[in-house]
Amino acid sequence: MAGSNNIKITPPRWLLAELTYACPLQCPYCSNPIDYANYQSELDTEDWKRVLTQARKMGAVQLGFSGGEPLTRKDLVELVKHARDLGYYSNLITSGYGLTEEKIIQLKEAGLDHIQVSIQASTQELNDHIAGTTSFQTKKEVAHLVKKHGYPMVLCVVIHRENIHQMPEILAMAEELGADYLELANTQYYGWAHVNRDLLLPTKEQFEHAEATAQAFKEKVAGKMKIYYVVPDLYEDRPKACMNGWGTTFLTIAPDGVALPCHSARDLPGLDCPNVKDYSIEQIWNDSKAFNFFRGFEWMQEPCKSCDEKEKDFGGCRCQAYLLTGDMTNTDPVCSKSPKHGVIQEAIDSAKASTESTNEKPLIFRNSKNSKILSKTE
Amino acid sequence: MTINPDQLIKFSPMHRLQWEDAQQKDVILYPEGMVELNQSSAEILKLCDGTRKLAQIVSDLEEKFSTSGLTNDIIAFLEVALKNGWIQQH
Ligand code: SF4
Ligand code: SF4
Repeated sequence: MAGSNNIKITPPRWLLAELTYACPLQCPYCSNPIDYANYQSELDTEDWKRVLTQARKMGAVQLGFSGGEPLTRKDLVELVKHARDLGYYSNLITSGYGLTEEKIIQLKEAGLDHIQVSIQASTQELNDHIAGTTSFQTKKEVAHLVKKHGYPMVLCVVIHRENIHQMPEILAMAEELGADYLELANTQYYGWAHVNRDLLLPTKEQFEHAEATAQAFKEKVAGKMKIYYVVPDLYEDRPKACMNGWGTTFLTIAPDGVALPCHSARDLPGLDCPNVKDYSIEQIWNDSKAFNFFRGFEWMQEPCKSCDEKEKDFGGCRCQAYLLTGDMTNTDPVCSKSPKHGVIQEAIDSAKASTESTNEKPLIFRNSKNSKILSKTE
Repeated sequence: MTINPDQLIKFSPMHRLQWEDAQQKDVILYPEGMVELNQSSAEILKLCDGTRKLAQIVSDLEEKFSTSGLTNDIIAFLEVALKNGWIQQH
């Protein structure tokens, strides 16, 4: 096994509870696994309560309820209440679809701390196209209701080639909606976004232009709105310090109870990610093969192994290394020291070529039908 | 941003201040984030409950820790807190 026993294990701080893979939207950059339709079973209420209790005991304090669309779970209010009783700071990560004022009030009373609403674009037409569902007006109304009921309002917009030109309008929309936090998340190319990369990856010029616009806005609204700008790592020459280090901080529980060190880890081969139905959170976090696999530096290959930056970025993202080089123990190819760094330029060129091609292939939307087709061909 | 000595100081309703057993520390929680506080910062923030102005906070803390001359340190911290949105004045 790659992990070794002399590594000091820190307790989890952030728990991401992916309550369900069900979602009325079909975003083509969704971070759920491509084959999500194969995982139909969902943990029941008592399982989730036990998970929340055990993770809190170990030290988890930030909690995200996500999915899929967490609002499709009938026991959401009950779980929020349980989380509040345990002292979590909880966040509902939602598309806003199906969030009524009555529900917003119930959730507030149950102790939900904030709501993060995602909007796909600044115009109805583009939003509804990307979401694969008519949802723009609902989302805007939900954003208003979230504010009205005294929650910090976090607006999240995933940025890619189809909406990056709307950056000024997206910022204006966030201001108009009174967002307290705005998350501008450049698409990370895993899951569905990996499949659709040629159609989603903007050019370097587009990135730089959009980033400059966002930076200028950030200064303008300082003190009023906080902006989280998630950088697009394909245009960097060092990878991100993925998950703040494997098995150090983040714990994700998938709808069927599989515990993941990062929400894409399900796609990595041979990790044997454990299920909360079989083990306690403490056993999973401290003793499982999956959570120990990339702890520390023992598992690394060159050039990471002897690199003096390894404590800074931990060799980058394991999922990206796997998706783009075929070996999850390789250096993240985003790093310019990686011998496979060329694959990044190939990805960029391939995306660029698709903008120029006359018969552009269509986006593959995230839905059960496509999930089943893709998981067969993989 | 500066602290107005004539206005009450209140902890922001958009944040939560709580004791974390696992870390043996007070922390501030907010969307997507957490700040760990040292003891003196936590003591200051606990007095920002909307019933005190600057001078009152200073004198309460000086009394509690049987010391004096805390004004400048407290102002410096409160300005950071104001800038980060942890406290409000109005
Ligand atoms: S990214 Fe879109 S499709 Fe995927 S879970 Fe979120 S809202 Fe649903
Ligand atoms: S070689 Fe590895 S450790 Fe060094 S900077 Fe690149 S990714 Fe980070």
